[in-house]
Amino acid sequence: MAVRLIIDNCTGCKLCLRACPYGAIDIIDDKAQFDDNCTQCGACAASCTFDAILLETSYTPDVDVDQYRGLWVVAEHLHDQFRRGTFELLGEGRRLADKLGVELAAVLLGEGVADMAKGLFAHGADRVYLAQDPVLAHYRTGPYTDVLSGMINQHKPEIVLVSATPQGRDLAPRVAARLSAGLTADCTGLDIDDEERLLVQTRPAFGGNLMATIISRHARPQMATVRPGVMKALDPDPSRTGEIVEIAVHLDERSVIAKVVETVQQEADGQVNLQDADIIVSGGRGLGKPEHFALIRELAEALGGAVGASRAAVDAGWIPAYHQVGQTGRTVQPKLYIACGISGAVQHLAGMSTADCIVAINKDPAAPVFNIATYSIVGDLFEIVPALTKKLREVR
Amino acid sequence: MNIVVCIKQVPETTEVRVDPETNALIREGVASIINPVDENAIEAALQLREGHGGTVTVITMGPPQAEEALRQALAMGADEAILLSDPASRGSDTLATSYSLAEMVRKIGEVDLILCGKQAIDGDTGQVGPGLAERLGIPQVTFAIELSVEDGKLRAKRVLDDFFEVLEVKLPAVVTVVKQANDPRHPGMRNVLKAKRAEITTWTLADLEADPKQSGFDGSPTQVIRVWPPEKRGGGKKIEGTSEEVAEELAQAIKEMDIAAG
Repeated sequence: MAVRLIIDNCTGCKLCLRACPYGAIDIIDDKAQFDDNCTQCGACAASCTFDAILLETSYTPDVDVDQYRGLWVVAEHLHDQFRRGTFELLGEGRRLADKLGVELAAVLLGEGVADMAKGLFAHGADRVYLAQDPVLAHYRTGPYTDVLSGMINQHKPEIVLVSATPQGRDLAPRVAARLSAGLTADCTGLDIDDEERLLVQTRPAFGGNLMATIISRHARPQMATVRPGVMKALDPDPSRTGEIVEIAVHLDERSVIAKVVETVQQEADGQVNLQDADIIVSGGRGLGKPEHFALIRELAEALGGAVGASRAAVDAGWIPAYHQVGQTGRTVQPKLYIACGISGAVQHLAGMSTADCIVAINKDPAAPVFNIATYSIVGDLFEIVPALTKKLREVR
Repeated sequence: MNIVVCIKQVPETTEVRVDPETNALIREGVASIINPVDENAIEAALQLREGHGGTVTVITMGPPQAEEALRQALAMGADEAILLSDPASRGSDTLATSYSLAEMVRKIGEVDLILCGKQAIDGDTGQVGPGLAERLGIPQVTFAIELSVEDGKLRAKRVLDDFFEVLEVKLPAVVTVVKQANDPRHPGMRNVLKAKRAEITTWTLADLEADPKQSGFDGSPTQVIRVWPPEKRGGGKKIEGTSEEVAEELAQAIKEMDIAAG
């Protein structure tokens, strides 16, 4: 990848100067000039309205892969809290970095987030690359892509892992396209091929009907988004420390195209967060209508668990989408998962089949959910669920 | 407003076969449909055209039979359909696909908005939309559930983990839409028949003056090395009896798990 100036087209308008996060552009005699700070991040090319700066990205299989060393994890946070997937990435990243014999680094972008580096060290990072700027306070594709691409170009990690959250799945493909890197989506398994020093990435496809193993042999970094809820985070060790590497960036709000007009928290039902829950009670099409979710809520409450739902129930509008468990919803890994009136389409099973114990209640004895259930109950959920709720309340 | 919708033809069934030599999917002989959420992208485009005028052009890349998906889009109401079909594009990963689609959009010329479905049900990556936006050097808005256009600006409501975000960007832009965005229309028989006879423009990489090295296996940094069906988890214990008995046994089993925090 390279940034190239078409000098005849350059008008010296300074749009690129404003867009450059690394302060690497000067305007001399009405023409842009790049200095040694240039990280080839591509921000200037996106800002130029005169076709004077071209970002040449084409994939060629002749990258010198030995120049690239180290494993990076992109930290994701909201309201001063890390999203859970971040610690899982660090846990898995630690294991892979040790196998490769390299450092594990976390990338932390934001504003006023320096203190959060501690949490990254405690969960396994050796080093934190920190870039802070008011423009980075709220995630937006453009500035995050510019800064991260520049950091990768500068420090050349061999692997970059990103959570397969909405944010990660917005950011990673943009960065991979800019760098012409290979990117594997929504991985559920990662490993290192010692012989070839490759990241071996496993992921489900076709709604979970098929597993595929994917490598990026000739491109660097090897990038993957990793499904939250699958990898194991390490127990935090507050005594662990590491090195903070500050990356100086200067961003200008005027060159950011996307404006966040508002953000609205979805109603949270007063229930436990689905992804952190030890116990989840889920309802599906078998409930028949939205009001019947009350049965699910009552059972969840009796157990101190969270409420989940199948895609059918969400698509029918019975319950908000953030309750959805499955390939297109959340992947969950509770100790106990109770599926009520859920037939068990592969797409749903893909999101919950790693629960320690699965209880399935369904009136159809042929429902696929029974193939993976620890306890199978063929019967009427409208009788069994309230009876169970009652018993559990008595037990307490 | 000129809108391009990128669609993908995907296998309808969950029966998928794999070429043991190349590890690429064998699509021949499997019934094919438009990727379901791409129909939401088409619907969104048609609604915007109804409000703002302009044209809706549907594009896809694939084997000659991908034409069928384009005809369905025409039946829904798209104005034009273009197929990029070139043997050199076989085996394209998401990076190579975004390259080819970007070249198609460039050849089309004046485009204000590009719509895609959130992700395809076969690959499930959701990477082509952002990749395409990057190749074209324009903004992207992913996971849109509502969108409107005013004064050359697009405003979209995005569905994220547990919150919504309303984002405003300048056009042109790439937007990926989610299933909850709308209800795709069902074309009437007359339109289906008309679409059957409609002309579909077919391009090759040479027509795009595109670099064949950036397409297909050559242009794909990722390589699928193994494909297999996932392991099945064994069935467990059946609990039978009256609802009361079942509830009793289950409550006991849950109690023994020692997790009922309450």
